[in-house]
Amino acid sequence: MGILFEKDNFSLFVRGFVGTIELSALSALFALLLGIMLAAFRVSPVPVLRAFGTAWVTVFRNTPLTLLFFVVTFMLPRLDVHISSFTAAVAALSVYTGSFVCEVLRAGINTVPLGQAEAARSLGMGFGQTLGLVVLPQAGRAVIAPLGSVFIALPRNSAVAGAFNVFELFSVQKTWSEDSYPIFASFFWLALAYLAIGFSISSVLSLLERRMAVAR
Amino acid sequence: MTENSAGPGVPEDGRGTPLVSLRGVNKHFGALHVLQDIDLDIAQGEVVVLIGPSGSGKSTLCRTINRLETIDSGTIEVDGRPLPAEGRELARLRAQVGMVFQSFNLFAHKTVLQNVVLAQVKVGRVPKAEAEKTARELLERVGVGAQADKFPAQLSGGQQQRVAIARALAMNPKVMLFDEPTSALDPEMVNEVLEVMRSLAARGMTMVVVTHEMGFARSAANRVLFMADGRIVEQNTPEAFFTAPRSDRAKDFLSKILHH
Repeated sequence: MGILFEKDNFSLFVRGFVGTIELSALSALFALLLGIMLAAFRVSPVPVLRAFGTAWVTVFRNTPLTLLFFVVTFMLPRLDVHISSFTAAVAALSVYTGSFVCEVLRAGINTVPLGQAEAARSLGMGFGQTLGLVVLPQAGRAVIAPLGSVFIALPRNSAVAGAFNVFELFSVQKTWSEDSYPIFASFFWLALAYLAIGFSISSVLSLLERRMAVAR
Repeated sequence: MTENSAGPGVPEDGRGTPLVSLRGVNKHFGALHVLQDIDLDIAQGEVVVLIGPSGSGKSTLCRTINRLETIDSGTIEVDGRPLPAEGRELARLRAQVGMVFQSFNLFAHKTVLQNVVLAQVKVGRVPKAEAEKTARELLERVGVGAQADKFPAQLSGGQQQRVAIARALAMNPKVMLFDEPTSALDPEMVNEVLEVMRSLAARGMTMVVVTHEMGFARSAANRVLFMADGRIVEQNTPEAFFTAPRSDRAKDFLSKILHH
């Protein structure tokens, strides 16, 4: 267990930890924005947007994340798009996670009684206002728990980026393995780090859940 | 609220264009022909009550006037302009057509005051302070001024429905649609809502009311429309309709609901 405090292992570990958090936080932000947009597309009255949203979810929710990393890492340069490994990883994770966020939000939107949207429309609100001011705020509580699952999965999924030239927690493990440290000890510290991240996310979300209660 | 100098008008007098005009309106729900060749003119300041057995199409008819229900054929005009297709234009028109629902549909995540303020600010671009002033006045008028800071779930059904009326009035509508406004209420709360509607009618508001409250139809309506099987079977003044219905369908309907 003492490996964390040998040589410069601790600073390496911290670098990996920060790397995972940066990668996850940025991807979570973009996935959330993307998910909101896709969910709006999927419930919109415009058929083209609905089809786009459905296609996005179908493709990216059903594609292995590793395959998406291959695409952004090896296919984009061939199309003359050159981005850093970190940017590529954020793109792959956002595109993938966004499709899950979309479906969670859509399920939440469906829990809001239709009359709420009808009342909003009858007062002259457009589609965006109806969704943004009336429906989504009420969908919020229903989506917190499943959204939590999606965002807790995200930092763990982000470990794939370690295999694609991004320095994060998984890269720490690789380095330690190469330095022949005992594998159990390195995984112990890694597991603890992921647990800490996951626990923080779920704590924040359960706090939100209590805050967003809507009485009916 | 604007005073209607002409007073409650009847459409037959031919004075000006009708505020709401339906011509040859048809609608299907799958195989069900729910509205069949509906022609209807509603004059400025008129109170029209729609009655009829359930499934006769009266709620659907009411909901077509602000296009919450689309129609398959025919035309609907409000204030001389045909209903626009979905989009900004339609939203603008809807702001001028107030709607009160059977299930109130107050925004559950907003306080009573916010319910009445929201659309004024976001749709009508009214400054917030002014919108709140209007909201408090309207809430006072419908008798729920003291509940302004509560959430809808904390109010009784009758109070919620009165808030819903205030919310619709806040947009300064040209016409108000009431889709069975008292059907979801406990019996002792029906009258408080009907009272508010009566006073609205007395102030000259143009109203379309789908209801089972025959007392309201008698006392507040200028005209009663009796619908059955997607058609307007009979229309008359409430006095004439209730004392001497002409059609067998109306006679049958009235015999079932009056005199228990």
